[in-house]
Amino acid sequence: MSKEWPLWEIFIRGQHGLSHRHVGSLHAPDAEMAIKNARDVYTRRNEGVSIWVVEANNIAASAPSEKGPLYEPSESKIYRHPTFYDIPDDVGHM
Amino acid sequence: MDQDKTQLTEFLLRMGDNALILGHRTSEWCGHAPVLEEDIALANTALDLMGQTQLWLTYAAEVMGDGKTADDLAFLRDVWDFRNLLLVELPNGDFGQTLMRQFLFDAFQSIHLPRLAKSSDPRVAEIAEKASKEAAYHVERSADTVVGLGDGTEESHNRMQAALDRLWPYIGEMFASDPVDAAMAEAGIAPDPANLRTEYDALVGRVLAEATLTVPESTFAHKGGRTGQTHTEHLGHLLTQMQWLQRAYPGATW
Repeated sequence: MSKEWPLWEIFIRGQHGLSHRHVGSLHAPDAEMAIKNARDVYTRRNEGVSIWVVEANNIAASAPSEKGPLYEPSESKIYRHPTFYDIPDDVGHM
Repeated sequence: MDQDKTQLTEFLLRMGDNALILGHRTSEWCGHAPVLEEDIALANTALDLMGQTQLWLTYAAEVMGDGKTADDLAFLRDVWDFRNLLLVELPNGDFGQTLMRQFLFDAFQSIHLPRLAKSSDPRVAEIAEKASKEAAYHVERSADTVVGLGDGTEESHNRMQAALDRLWPYIGEMFASDPVDAAMAEAGIAPDPANLRTEYDALVGRVLAEATLTVPESTFAHKGGRTGQTHTEHLGHLLTQMQWLQRAYPGATW
């Protein structure tokens, strides 16, 4: 068994209504301690109302080497951005 | 100063000095804890305790009414003026001993402060209300660490048992009531600490059992800190560190 504590990725909800946002990572022996450590490391300045922790090796990530096939096809499809519509004045600020 | 004020002052100094001295001890780990996360957590605890100190000693200074401030009380009193438990002035020892002491103190605070929040003295109630939320988190964290280390490796278990054996004789002082406690209880300002022992033993016993640690059988208690009668030699050394700036440069400010 490794002597190092596993790495946890920390997500904090800054305010009600907002999504949890990735704020960084830390080490902890288990999920409960990861939440406590996150509280102590990442919410000292009143940043949060909710904490999620995920053990880093449970996160599946896309491979940077595949960025061509993954992302380039969408570059040429500007019609997917809703910028070609005339918005009636009555709608006001959108 | 009349008798009531003298006793209230004494009570407030006990509360403030516990927070001050343990806060200072805890802060000694800043930059030295075994892992970054624990380092920050301990520093947070120290800052919470310093915040509590400020509130208790500010009120103590007001009750004393001789123009002194919380800073004067913290930095210009001598060993015999301090009213903290002997437990909190003991040197940190290893990380296990520091965390065991923290747990034994947090457990007391987590039981004591919610009762103080119902004090007949509104100022005491207000301070305790704020501090009890901090204490609730502190005890959760230190209890977890005691369990993690006690029920951990053979080495961590042995260190935690040694820490418990070393610190256990300092527990009894928390519950050693004296006339000040009687007066506080009479006035509805604070509970008689002797009445909190059963609840304390239940809480501490549960956590220590989960930590696979053996509670020492001895009921011997070192006393003298909260009455100011006899502090350990360690408090003087602590004060030389904590107070040196105000002693060397009287009145210095940021």
